[in-house]
Amino acid sequence: MHIIDRRLNPGGKSLANRQRFLRRVRDVAQRAVREAAREKDIKDLGKDGNVTVPVDGVREPKFTRNPSTGIQDHILPGNKTYIEGDLIERPPGGGGGGGGSGDAGDGGQDSEDTFRFVLTREEFLELFLEDLELPDLAKRRLAVVETEALRRAGYTVTGSPANLALGRTLRNSLSRRIALKRPKAAEMEALEAEIRALEESQPDAVILDELKAELERLRTRSQRIPYVDPIDLRYRRFEPYPRPVAQAVMFCLMDVSGSMTEHMKDLAKRFYILLHIFLTRRYKHVEIVFIRHTDHAKEVDEETFFGSRETGGTLVSSALVEMKRIIAERYNPEDWNIYAAQASDGDNVSSDGATSQDLLRSAILPACQYFAYLEVGDEGGPRAGFVEHRTTLWRTYEPVSKTNSVLAMRKVNHRRDIYPVFRELFARKAGQEAASP
Amino acid sequence: MSSATFDARPAGPAVIAKHAPLFTGNDWDFDTIRRIHDACEAIAGPELGLSWYPNQIEIITAEQMLDAYASIGMPLFYKHWSFGKHFAQHEAGYRRGLMGLAYEIVINSDPCISYIMEENTATMQTLVIAHAAFGHNHFFKNNYLFRQWTDAEGILDYLEFAKTFISRCEERYGHTAVESVLDAAHALMNQGVHRYPRKKRPDLSSEQRRERERQEHQERMYNDLWRTLPAKARSGKPDPQAERRRALLELPQENILYFLEKVAPRLQPWQREILRIVRHVAQYFYPQRQTKVMNEGCATYNHYRIMTRLSETGQIGEAAYLEFLQSHTNVIRQPTYNDRHYGGHNPYAIGFAMMTDIARICTEPTDEDRAWFPDIAGSGDAMGVLRDVWANYRDESFIAQFLSPKLMRQLRLFHVTDDPDKPELRVEAIHDERGYRRLRRAFARQYDVAWLDPDIEVVDVDLEGDRKLILHHKVLNRVLLNKDDAMRVLQHLADLWGYDVLMKEVDTVTGAVLKEHTASARPTFF
Repeated sequence: MHIIDRRLNPGGKSLANRQRFLRRVRDVAQRAVREAAREKDIKDLGKDGNVTVPVDGVREPKFTRNPSTGIQDHILPGNKTYIEGDLIERPPGGGGGGGGSGDAGDGGQDSEDTFRFVLTREEFLELFLEDLELPDLAKRRLAVVETEALRRAGYTVTGSPANLALGRTLRNSLSRRIALKRPKAAEMEALEAEIRALEESQPDAVILDELKAELERLRTRSQRIPYVDPIDLRYRRFEPYPRPVAQAVMFCLMDVSGSMTEHMKDLAKRFYILLHIFLTRRYKHVEIVFIRHTDHAKEVDEETFFGSRETGGTLVSSALVEMKRIIAERYNPEDWNIYAAQASDGDNVSSDGATSQDLLRSAILPACQYFAYLEVGDEGGPRAGFVEHRTTLWRTYEPVSKTNSVLAMRKVNHRRDIYPVFRELFARKAGQEAASP
Repeated sequence: MSSATFDARPAGPAVIAKHAPLFTGNDWDFDTIRRIHDACEAIAGPELGLSWYPNQIEIITAEQMLDAYASIGMPLFYKHWSFGKHFAQHEAGYRRGLMGLAYEIVINSDPCISYIMEENTATMQTLVIAHAAFGHNHFFKNNYLFRQWTDAEGILDYLEFAKTFISRCEERYGHTAVESVLDAAHALMNQGVHRYPRKKRPDLSSEQRRERERQEHQERMYNDLWRTLPAKARSGKPDPQAERRRALLELPQENILYFLEKVAPRLQPWQREILRIVRHVAQYFYPQRQTKVMNEGCATYNHYRIMTRLSETGQIGEAAYLEFLQSHTNVIRQPTYNDRHYGGHNPYAIGFAMMTDIARICTEPTDEDRAWFPDIAGSGDAMGVLRDVWANYRDESFIAQFLSPKLMRQLRLFHVTDDPDKPELRVEAIHDERGYRRLRRAFARQYDVAWLDPDIEVVDVDLEGDRKLILHHKVLNRVLLNKDDAMRVLQHLADLWGYDVLMKEVDTVTGAVLKEHTASARPTFF
């Protein structure tokens, strides 16, 4: 009898099966995930998601007999009332007196039309962000040293025993032994055998002494020339090299003036969170800079960014100036992938338009990978029949976006639109291959 | 043995030597497991006369148990999405608390592997070791179906081969190609079983001998009178060519996977090998489907005997024995048909009740038992009879042979027929003198896989025409196939065959064709 403790065995034995299953239900699962994203609070997006899949795509058909046709026999326990020949009214639903079909041994048939299963966070996000691509990833070679990795770099004469390159060492040893004519073991053995044979047959032959002298010479020589000499030793050499790790910084710009309602801020927040999830999936290292502005801009922490209110006018250029300053100070566009998302209700002092446009064109957009402008509106949204009102800021940005593809702008009124708009902004363009950093 | 009749009452004090308890409390360690195993072994061997494959007990976590569920309980298996689906289902059920996990899984292999869960208490571990490592193990080793159809020594090696082979195929031919073959093979899995040992092909000398004997026989029996009888007009004389073609293709053939593996014209060798693997797996599990009641009954009966004896000898304490009894009674509960929890017959309950009943018939028979079971009634050797039963029966024959009138009365069984042509259901038989035999026969039928599974055969191939494959479903009691699923399976079948497939549902009584289904091969498959 053996007792084996399997508890420490690596788990996830059926991971490969799960991947195959997910591939099978990919389409439905993806639809379900998008659905979930629309309804769910974005904060919960990362958590495990329940997905309901119609059984159709994953049906395992078998030949089975249809219990609702033909004559069926049921043997049931617990008879207290009936005697032979009794007629029983057919129960509604056609079942046989309380479900005799249960013992028909149905082979793994799903009685329900759908079944639910749970996606892990990884799987959820994978489906959630599928087909999305960061634009212009290849435009700049953005890399900064974050980790050092080791790589093989030839051989060295010093090193730790663990790194001893045995093959190389023995090759050196062999060539040295050949060059110095170290007597071979087989040679010496043959000589010894010859001596032994001679000793037995004619112990006083002259040649015996000669042979013994020769053997002595060989022995000394082989002792003088070692089999492996320290000079032969070679070690594998590793050299550290900087492994470039792409990094990104995400600028969140938001108007926090009195005209921004809680609803608008909520929309903006959702968008930022989506962008953050997305960036963290694509880049190892993502930093976030929060800039809020009224008529003056300030870099703040997350809590203040979303939490506190301020009063005052609106001067968009102030935020852009602040962003420009921070970029210049901390995030060299040569080293950083810079993404910016700006949310605003569209109000701006009309005199500020030209300044903002200029700033965008000359300083901000050239440094950015992508600049998304999100105009948030009231929940009611533009009423049908009315010509859509164009806000000041929209009118300012529109001409820029037409000439520069780095700037993208969308309008969002309801939280259910956030995810579609997000997808629209980052959808993989046709023909543009995914270039992972 | 006769003093230890099988009952819950305490045994007589005379012969039983007290032992030190195996464990106290709920905790256990590997030493405890070993002591438990040895104590069970001391009872299972000398006292119950069981024989078993060497045991290998593996302790696993809940997650690993789910893993094991997903691969039909086997420690290794090839990869397929359907296992992932089952895993997801089980996991969701388990997480929501709808489903408890089994306490153990036992594998018919040599050595016999039992998985036991780490969450089990020491009492439960004793129970599952008695149940699986001795009860099931004895059944696997001795029952004729398992001996005839499964190779306990080779199964793990075979699965290793299957797993490697299929993953190689995936690398070489792509996941989709392999997956579609596996999908199709799985759909036909129940039709991939040999139900009888195949006929051996006669060799030349035996063929010649038979021919000679036949000739001699005819010469001996020659009577000129036969010549004068008018010949019966035979209509529709079978076409000898068609006969020969069917004979060459070994038709009719009910093992569809075997037929496709050997005959399907367009399959690649690796595709045939995959069909073969699926077929072998189906064959390996075929005995299990036929012996649910007996297998569980055997395990339950033996764990009950072993646990009771352990308690009598003081090796498990009172608290542990009560814990055992509680889970034992849960396991053998049989709700009545009008109970909310009724879900068919509980194989544990039926098996345990019948085996207890057999033991009673052997030791304390009534006159009725003597009339019904003259061979075993009063024989005194309950274990001998039971061991013989375990070795030589399957569910259907076991019930047909050993379900006693007393038990039918106790379970209050009755038989209802549901004929769609009649407005009402009819009670055919109940537990009375008139009904016992009919009831028992009908009940046994419910466990006869040949009655449960649709009877489907490949009957012919139109080799000279469009290579259409023709199958018959022999319709029993006018029960047709589920149409949707049948069409899906037929599509898979057509894909494997490579040409059109026609399935006729033929009534066994009248011979009328009740329904026809056709499917054409999809071009994308090859």
